Amino acid sequence: MKQLISLKVNGTTHEVAVEPYWTLLNVIRDHLGLTGTKRGCDSGDCGACTVIMNGKPVNSCLVLAVDARDRDILTIEGLAQDGKLHPLQEAFIEKGGIQCGYCTPGMIMMAKALLDENPRPTEAQVRQAIAGNLCRCTGYVKIVEAILAASEAMTPAKP
Amino acid sequence: MVRFEYLEPTSLGEAVSLVDRHWGQVRVMAGGTDLLVRLKQRVIRPQYVLNLKRVPGLDGLTYAKGQGLRIGALTTIRTIETSPVVKEHYPVLAEAAGMLGSVQVRNLATVGGNLCNASPSAEMPPGLLAYGAQARIVGPKGERTVPLDQFFLGPGQTCLLQGDLLAEVLVPESAPKTAGVYIKLSPRAAMDCAVVGVAAVVTLEDGKCKDCRIALGAVAPTPLRPRSAEDLLRGKPLDPGLRERAGQAAMEEAKPITDVRGSAEYRKEMVKVLTRRAVQQAFQRAMAS
Repeated sequence: MKQLISLKVNGTTHEVAVEPYWTLLNVIRDHLGLTGTKRGCDSGDCGACTVIMNGKPVNSCLVLAVDARDRDILTIEGLAQDGKLHPLQEAFIEKGGIQCGYCTPGMIMMAKALLDENPRPTEAQVRQAIAGNLCRCTGYVKIVEAILAASEAMTPAKP
Repeated sequence: MVRFEYLEPTSLGEAVSLVDRHWGQVRVMAGGTDLLVRLKQRVIRPQYVLNLKRVPGLDGLTYAKGQGLRIGALTTIRTIETSPVVKEHYPVLAEAAGMLGSVQVRNLATVGGNLCNASPSAEMPPGLLAYGAQARIVGPKGERTVPLDQFFLGPGQTCLLQGDLLAEVLVPESAPKTAGVYIKLSPRAAMDCAVVGVAAVVTLEDGKCKDCRIALGAVAPTPLRPRSAEDLLRGKPLDPGLRERAGQAAMEEAKPITDVRGSAEYRKEMVKVLTRRAVQQAFQRAMAS
């Protein structure tokens, strides 16, 4: 039986009628039309569906939509402000951290969660943070460079 | 995904009575990281899924000096990994937590789910067993506390009876000069199950091993305490020869299977090596503590 829930995504509250067996990923993509969040493995292994829920990165394929009600959800569409890309998005473009683009939204959301918690991570910390994000183009070197460059741009090292 | 009816109790009493009433047709969801995957794969087809996340009081950990650590069943693995109090007093648990899945999975997965799934290769049981943890279980007839080494009965099987829920994990205060380690053997550095997991916690007194607990993962139908290895070490100085014999004893108690991750023979050999290594590292850390 469908249940009416309010889902707060990127600051906007949506009223959605959901079946209990729909995942947050389904609802974000198929009902809210926010297709930036990708469906990869649909089993928590690839990280393509990563969103930030109450400040924490999670696999949206492993969250029931009904269980995401009353929580604050941020997707890739919520990063750009007033038509200006987020520094992480800029850095991914600048450094060539994007190839086919399928892993990119998940990578960027995971990177954002990392930098929110630890603004100046080491390369090892970046690599550990994105351990749950697979890039099928294997473009990890550029992705790591992009995250470190964004960290530098957002939080310059003290002289 | 399997279509199911959704139950969302808001108290522990309500949860117990719903699980009791629908026993056999209900699956309990904590973090959901294992359950949802099995529902999608249609490995299980329950009529009901009962979500515990809106039951107050099951989430979070508290530490009291002299009494130890209480970890609510719904506490996430990430909370355990990053908790300053766990890192200080029970570092083996923080280490093991950091080896489970990815950050995204650890933000959802819970200690209760990790224990109740009763996977032989689960990340949290070896460390908890090595610290002498207990499970507080709440059911239709009241509550009881069970030592964790009596909690696991087989792959996917626990001592939970009809209507029972795991409410909390209790980890006793460690004696002075106690330290431990968790060693996980897996081909990948992340996002992988243990081929063999070994936890050891050692308490020293006058340079000798006053007490020790060893726990093995992924080498038997349940997480395992190799008691003969522990007995060898207790009361003795932990010299290399003795550590070698303890590794041998642990190996003899292990009953691994051959599967995609490794052969039974390889796993047995690794139990010997890693038990020896875990005891040595725990010993060194305890000396330095």
